[in-house]
Amino acid sequence: MSGRNRLAEEIDDPIVAGALKHFKASVDAWSEGAYKQPRTVVRTARHTWRLAATWALGCILAAGSLAGTLYERHVQQESARIGALKAAEQKAALERKAAIQPVTATVVTKRQPIAVKHAASENEDLLATVDSDVSRQVPAAMEPLAQMMDSNGTN
Amino acid sequence: MDVGVVNLRRMVTSTKSMAAGTAVKPMTADAAEELAAREFATIVESHRPQIFRFLLASLRDVDLAETLTQECFLKAHRNWRHFRGDSSAMTWLMRIAINLQKDHWRNRRLQFWRHTQANAVSVDEASDWLPNGERSAEQQILAREQVAQVWKAVERLSARQRTVFLLRYVEERELNDIARATGLSEGTVKAHLSRALGRVRAELRGTR
Repeated sequence: MSGRNRLAEEIDDPIVAGALKHFKASVDAWSEGAYKQPRTVVRTARHTWRLAATWALGCILAAGSLAGTLYERHVQQESARIGALKAAEQKAALERKAAIQPVTATVVTKRQPIAVKHAASENEDLLATVDSDVSRQVPAAMEPLAQMMDSNGTN
Repeated sequence: MDVGVVNLRRMVTSTKSMAAGTAVKPMTADAAEELAAREFATIVESHRPQIFRFLLASLRDVDLAETLTQECFLKAHRNWRHFRGDSSAMTWLMRIAINLQKDHWRNRRLQFWRHTQANAVSVDEASDWLPNGERSAEQQILAREQVAQVWKAVERLSARQRTVFLLRYVEERELNDIARATGLSEGTVKAHLSRALGRVRAELRGTR
């Protein structure tokens, strides 16, 4: 064979050449032995099962994390919405309160003199009633004294 | 049988027929496919053991070598139509095998490392394989030792040096074939071979 001749020409060291010859013979024998040996493929199924399990686990994890993120976002949005509503309600209540207070004050200030006047007239009436109830006609014997008191009151 | 010639047979035959003045019958698509399938079957039959041997020597893993050999021929079958016969079919197949080996290293480095660690045969175990020639027990022991030393040296080579070394000294390929199969220039192939041979020599000298 030309290959072998060239190989021999290429290597001048007989020990190296011999070692390489043995090496080739060894590889040939090993390869021939292994090639002829019948083999069964068992690994494929296991690898498929592993691959499927890995994919399934990966999908579950991905779906879980996605769902978690979406839920978290939804909760945040909901709480933000509720907060905004509350703030709006509070603002509206404050505005309502602020709008009602001046009106009441105006009504009170407008009604005050009338009430005072009313109370004064009531007092006068009451006093007049008391005067009329309390006052009695003076007996005739006391007439000179009563006249004298009147004259003193006028003086 | 040179399979590069087999692939070119159609062209050569038709040229000869035309030169001889014989009528060339048109070939149906089914017939052409059948012919291609037969040609490919011949290729598989003749080259499969060599591809397996090369991959086995490169990986020292019987199962992995078998798997990659299958993949190599599967890939070759898919691309059989595109094979133009620029190089021999063996060189083309070797190139596919080398690329598969590279891809395997590149893509599944960790997994491959684990796999190799688990299934690769040790250097000592690999050197146990020796044909039962007409040799004395002493000669056999000496030969086994030498084989183990060569394996040790091969183990320490870089991937490219190992490929070139195995193609040259196990597959006994020509330098230009090796250059085509590896995609290197002939000069680079020579340099790799020289370095690899230096390592083997040093390993053998160490025990002399």
